[in-house]
Amino acid sequence: MSGADDDRPVDPVTGYQTTGHNWNGIIELNTPMSRIAVWALVLAFLYSVVAWILLPAWPTGNHYTRGLLGLDQGAEAVDGYRQIHDARQGWMARFDDPDFAALAGDPAVMAEAGPAATRLFHDNCAACHGDDGGGGPGFPVLSDGYWMWGGDPATIAETIRVGINGTDPDTRISEMPRFDWMSREERAILADYVAGLPAQSADPGSPAAQLFADNCATCHGDTAAGGLDNGAPSLADASVIYGQDAETVNTTLWAGRHGTMPSWSGRLTPAEINLLALHVLRLSQGRATP
Amino acid sequence: MTDTLSLRERRIGFFLAILLALLGLTMAAAARHGAMAVHGVIAMAIGVALIFLIAGSLYDPDADPARKDRYYDAPTQAGIFFTLIWAMIGMGAGVWVAALLYWPEATPLWPATSFGRLRPVHTTGVIFGFGGNALIATSFYVLQRTARTRLADAISPWFVVIGFNLFCVWGVTGYLMGSTQSKEYAEPEWYSDIWLVIVWVTYFVLYMRTLARRNEPHIYVANWYYLAFILVVAMLHIVNNLALPVSLTGARSFPVWGGVQDAMIQWWYGHNAVAFFLTAGFLGMLYYFLPVRSGRPIWSYRLSILSFWGITFFYIWVGSHHLHYTALPYWVQTLGMTFSVMLLVPSWASAGNALATLNGAWHKVRDDATLRFMFVAAVFYGLSTFEGSFLAIRPVNSLSHYTDWTVGHVHSGTLGWVAMIVFGAIYTIVPHLSGREAMASPRAVEWHFWLAVSGTLIYVISMWNAGITQGLMWRTYSENGALAYSFLDSVRAMAPYYLLRTIGGALFLAGAVVCTWNCRKTMRAVPMGGSASDRPLSAQTPPRRPFDAEPAE
Repeated sequence: MSGADDDRPVDPVTGYQTTGHNWNGIIELNTPMSRIAVWALVLAFLYSVVAWILLPAWPTGNHYTRGLLGLDQGAEAVDGYRQIHDARQGWMARFDDPDFAALAGDPAVMAEAGPAATRLFHDNCAACHGDDGGGGPGFPVLSDGYWMWGGDPATIAETIRVGINGTDPDTRISEMPRFDWMSREERAILADYVAGLPAQSADPGSPAAQLFADNCATCHGDTAAGGLDNGAPSLADASVIYGQDAETVNTTLWAGRHGTMPSWSGRLTPAEINLLALHVLRLSQGRATP
Repeated sequence: MTDTLSLRERRIGFFLAILLALLGLTMAAAARHGAMAVHGVIAMAIGVALIFLIAGSLYDPDADPARKDRYYDAPTQAGIFFTLIWAMIGMGAGVWVAALLYWPEATPLWPATSFGRLRPVHTTGVIFGFGGNALIATSFYVLQRTARTRLADAISPWFVVIGFNLFCVWGVTGYLMGSTQSKEYAEPEWYSDIWLVIVWVTYFVLYMRTLARRNEPHIYVANWYYLAFILVVAMLHIVNNLALPVSLTGARSFPVWGGVQDAMIQWWYGHNAVAFFLTAGFLGMLYYFLPVRSGRPIWSYRLSILSFWGITFFYIWVGSHHLHYTALPYWVQTLGMTFSVMLLVPSWASAGNALATLNGAWHKVRDDATLRFMFVAAVFYGLSTFEGSFLAIRPVNSLSHYTDWTVGHVHSGTLGWVAMIVFGAIYTIVPHLSGREAMASPRAVEWHFWLAVSGTLIYVISMWNAGITQGLMWRTYSENGALAYSFLDSVRAMAPYYLLRTIGGALFLAGAVVCTWNCRKTMRAVPMGGSASDRPLSAQTPPRRPFDAEPAE
């Protein structure tokens, strides 16, 4: 590589000398190092040196060079969160200790908070309840006006906060017990009876009606309409949690149900919970944008 | 296979096959159930099959003594066979999991077919199965021809090819059974890792012994890269896979690293798997097949030196750019970012050197689909290394991280660069080994080229759109400080891109199927031959002194 060596063949296409190496026909040109590559390397290195001076960069034993800008990614993250939080506070603070009636009646506040509530619902609730609150197998419908724990906004907020069979110490507790002690025949006629309730085809004078009154009415109500705010759903409306065909009801009777809803107290702020409560209420009234 | 081995070599092979069967039996008997037992049975089955294969030839005539005057290409041929088989498996799994992202309800109710288990089947299948076999096969081919000598022995190349494929089979079958270390690209469990170390050390020793016997004064650039690939992958593999097995009879272990150190070690490994497995080795491939196919000299030897040392030095530092804005200390992120930017220079020097090499051969690029594969590979190498350095800059990464942009970036490298150069190499080697002038169907090569290019472009462009869309949707706030989109909105927005990605991947897979069919057609019937100059230097007539330069064309 020391200067020109006239013994080396010259490539006719480029006019450059080769290195004289030859591997079974592969040869190389002794093209000088291109200026652009060297300059690019110098530039990239300068960029790096500037970055190293400005930012935390090199370890020095137990410490590291902090950089002239004094940046700290933990502080930056907290700062970013604060900025967003402050930008929200203008309207979000209204939900801290809410007068639900006043909020719901204030179109300006709801216009500001409504879209945010929708995102919040989509990000936290929709996975189970559906993005329009339409529920799904195992998860109750929120948009139909039937409530298992009460439907006023303060109660909805409490349900969100503590959850059902959740981890909060005050969590709501509810369970459909197993009726595995019933005879197969009893369960079968009871299941048929319950399956017929929404269509009002169940016979109120039948032995099954007696079984219902003895075993189910305590929680689900004499008319099977629920609404006792104890977690037992209405069995008389069209929307059901686990399915209301005779076979599914039979399974429910035999095995019981122990659905859960997480306690959201640690994850959402009280204002966010209140906002969601209002959103759920408005979903049931057909007033929220799903 | 066995007729290329001497009787003594056959006896050694027979002994090794018995050892493999015994190893498998021991693993199966000790583990009794679970992934390790199944893997023991697989090893035992392969060992027994090899015992039968070799035993049948133990009393056959000895190998032709003239074989020493030829390069030993049978392991290369086997490696190419495995490359194509793994292409079908790995790319097939890829298209299927891409389709599952669009039709998630198509997932069968069978745990082995869940997305989480099939996804590493795709990555292991294409990176290690397809890419790894291609690297091993071409490295033997290139090493012999640039060293002008036959492989140092005939047993270890077979041990490497079969052993490496056993590792891959253990990997993908383990994932289907739910056995994984949960380290990306390093999923196989501890005993597979130990097995790979044995295979890899054999590979390294074989490479060094052959190189030491070379009949050329200089070591060609391709061999620098292949050696960097073998050596550094060994180091990465061993350090990242240091783990304590729960028991010696089960497929579970815990890494010795914990917390953020574990994450850093993992991505030091992960990115250097990209660097030394998916880049250095394939640059070795490019450095041989591009000048051979184009008939042009490498444009600049000096640029090769700058590229090689730049790539090997800078790459080792950049793994931390996978952990921007995480618990990893800021200073480690800064170093990863700055070295990533500096890395662009040697990367582009390589791509530029490759493209400048084509000067004087552009008419061949136009006419020869095989050379066009290599040209496209060099272009995509340049594009994806630029993209990589760009994405490693922290603020850019805050947009791209966790999005499909990363997926698009990886595939622009693996489809556009790695797979293209592999196909270019295959279309050069396969006719050569079959004693033909060209592939059986040149039209099929042309079809493959356009299927591969259109598949890559559709895939990469849809993932760029998907990733940037996701990144922007996740970070957009309304004026009142509330998020403008829910996560669900961003998932819904992906549907058209995921469909397009599936189509792009299917086109690429279709090209690989065409390639496999064409290779099979080419390899059949015609015996291995080759030109008179394609011999070790010792077999050349008239005999020439070593280190004599051949005249330039």
